[in-house]
Amino acid sequence: MKKIGRKLFRGGLGQLTIPIIAIALLAVFNLIRDPGFFSIGIAHNSDGNAVLSGNIISIINGASELAILAIGMTLVTAACGGQDISVGAAAAIAGSVFVKVLKSASSVSGGTVLLAFLLSCVVAMLFGAFNGTLVAVFKIQPMIATLILYTCGRSIAYWINGGATPTISNPILSAIGGFIPGIPIPTPVIIVVVMAILFKLLFRFTSLELFTQSVGINGAAARLNGVDPTFIKLLSFVLLGACVSAAGCIGVSRLGLINHETLLLDVEMDAILAVAIGGNSLGGGRFKIIGSILGAYIIQTLTITLYAMKVSSTNVKAYKAIVIVLLVVIGSPVVKQWFTKLMMRLSENRKKVSAKGAEE
Amino acid sequence: MQEECLLTMRGIDKRFPGVHALNGVDFSLRRGEIHALMGENGAGKSTLIKVLTGVYQMDGGEIRLDGESIVIRSPEDAQNKGISTVYQEITLCPNLTVSENMFIGRKSGIVIRHKDREKRADEILQKLGIPARSTQLLGNCSLAVQQMVAIARAVDMQCKVLILDEPTSSLDDNEVKMLFKLMRDLRGQGVGIIFVTHFLEQVYEVSDRITVLRNGELVGEYLTEELPQVQLVSKMIGKELEELSNLGDSEDVKIMQQEVFYEAKELSSSEAMPFDFSIRRGEVNGFTGLLGSGRSESVRAIFGADKVNGGTVTVKGKPVKITRPIEAMKHGIGYLAEDRKRDGIIADLSVRENIILALQVMNGIFKPISRSESEAFADEYIKALNIKTASRETPVGSLSGGNQQKVILARWLLTHPDYLILDEPTRGIDVGTKLEIQKLVLKLSEEGMSITFISSEVEEMLRTCSRLIVMRDRHIVGELTGKDLNQTQVMKTIAGGEA
Repeated sequence: MKKIGRKLFRGGLGQLTIPIIAIALLAVFNLIRDPGFFSIGIAHNSDGNAVLSGNIISIINGASELAILAIGMTLVTAACGGQDISVGAAAAIAGSVFVKVLKSASSVSGGTVLLAFLLSCVVAMLFGAFNGTLVAVFKIQPMIATLILYTCGRSIAYWINGGATPTISNPILSAIGGFIPGIPIPTPVIIVVVMAILFKLLFRFTSLELFTQSVGINGAAARLNGVDPTFIKLLSFVLLGACVSAAGCIGVSRLGLINHETLLLDVEMDAILAVAIGGNSLGGGRFKIIGSILGAYIIQTLTITLYAMKVSSTNVKAYKAIVIVLLVVIGSPVVKQWFTKLMMRLSENRKKVSAKGAEE
Repeated sequence: MQEECLLTMRGIDKRFPGVHALNGVDFSLRRGEIHALMGENGAGKSTLIKVLTGVYQMDGGEIRLDGESIVIRSPEDAQNKGISTVYQEITLCPNLTVSENMFIGRKSGIVIRHKDREKRADEILQKLGIPARSTQLLGNCSLAVQQMVAIARAVDMQCKVLILDEPTSSLDDNEVKMLFKLMRDLRGQGVGIIFVTHFLEQVYEVSDRITVLRNGELVGEYLTEELPQVQLVSKMIGKELEELSNLGDSEDVKIMQQEVFYEAKELSSSEAMPFDFSIRRGEVNGFTGLLGSGRSESVRAIFGADKVNGGTVTVKGKPVKITRPIEAMKHGIGYLAEDRKRDGIIADLSVRENIILALQVMNGIFKPISRSESEAFADEYIKALNIKTASRETPVGSLSGGNQQKVILARWLLTHPDYLILDEPTRGIDVGTKLEIQKLVLKLSEEGMSITFISSEVEEMLRTCSRLIVMRDRHIVGELTGKDLNQTQVMKTIAGGEA
């Protein structure tokens, strides 16, 4: 335990300290409140599959779309020092394209679903490129640039399916939104893991991480070292587009319908929050994807905890706000510096005490 | 008690994790004197200043002001006690007027009488002979005047001790003269001035006394007139200064036989007027001229840093097109930018990441340098260039200026360029590192690297360059080689007098 503590606090507060502590505190709080909160059982779903069930599963499952969006949002934040507020609307577009393709196919097979996903992915990446062009080429503030798609995205989604909210039921879709027969883990969770690994590989086999951080910290210097800031910023938006499409398709598969008005409504704010709670600077620069994913799970844990405490859904947002204010303040540079000083003083005292002991 | 001490610091101690930044340092400042605080990077000058201004709390020692023992808790506390600082980077607000800047953040009532303030500000400005009006936007004044306004602000706050931290580093000669006049006036009024600078000549021009620090310890306090410049330097770097005059014993004849590596004809950019330029293998040449004469703009055009408008360029005799930095890099050209903070370092990234950046860019995005490889590169250059850093993973922004510069130098050396452009590589760094960089330039050129070296200090360029290109008003007005390479001839050419 001491070792973990030392690692957590080595050289002041690491980026992941706050999210890890937050998750631990939420876990302890829930354990005290209800010792059975974290019990995981095997249940049988409507298809008769044996699947894992329990609060912890529904937290991790429910946060999937948010976690995926947070990955992409982290990249955009790091490169551009600003956020994309159109991800919810763009996800509605991606979901609509997904359904549109499936509806127009005569029979739905695995191949059709893949094709539908790929098409929705292309569309979402094109919209990402649109946002990225405004930000990277025309140097518009990210929030203003993405405000355009935020405003009109759900209307575009509405046109794609002619104003209808078509339902679509298919075993493949319910496997994507629920469980694959024989696998007890919810599929969206698996998709999050796959996405996280894909991004990890992307950073492992390219130098995108170094370039993105350089552009985010000092674009002028990066340019003079041959990095193309325009390309890096554009790329971050395109990659976010891929995340948006994955999130949108999961959302559609979960419900078995596309509702352009409500699909992933207000998710952009949670996604930005996840990035911030994960210890990433919203001003760009250094980033850790894993922090943002943790941030997404913290937000979801909070929501589920509050629901488990029978807080009405109208009040949940207020309680969430209180916890989030605490997290953000604790993670702020001012408190971090103060804490680092405190730790230094403590360790100095300890040295003095041990030095005294040695003298005696 | 003619020479009573205004400020005495005794046995000041300050430790940081792993570093003993100040080890029992004494410092005393008399009323009405200009006292230069000298030392290399890492000698402890900044730490001492920060202890005095309340940015850091000292771990041991005593500070007396006017004979009374005081504790300085914060920069604001220091200001209230009469200790004011004007920093290297001007910390006023350019979008406010001069008078607003002079009174901002100072205790006063809620109601502000602008007219009264402007009148008061004008009085002070006039008294101090500062060429500015109170209603002017500060951003419209020259850097020197901005600095003087910052000083006026301090003076008006009844400061007894005025600390000037590298005040002259971005000023031209005339502006420096104006600043020095102001400093002398203030000295006459009994203000004690602590002057921190890297420019030795300026120390001798304006200071009365010199305190030298080295490695966090006091070397000694001297009367300026009793300490020859050579001795000052050797006290700062802790060894006898090597004879520098023969550093650049360049063999012009040999270089003239080498092939031309880079040649530009009528090259122009959005910032630079058309010019011709060429450099041979192993040659060190330089652009000189006053600030704003276009020397930086010219080398930026060579590297493709600004938008290139026209001209023909050949590298190794083959015509090429260089319009972006990456193209220049692919042709073996490196560029160390003039403004280290703005165009050089990526402050939050580690020393290691900063060192490998340019090489990584040249390798391309799909060929990342592995962690172990990058660690090896970083270690190699930290050792080779003697970069002082806690570890290779330390953010480069927390290093001293000279070490940051070495990191950027390492970044370019790692790409093994054929032609390296160094724009003010020695600005704002200590004497020891300056020497190291000059020696490195000569060593690299002996190994066949072509180097363009730009410096505000003509002396430095005379030592290293075998050919000087002189610029005035954005045009090349002369080229000096051989026996013409001396201070007088350079000055004459810059000034435009033929005889």
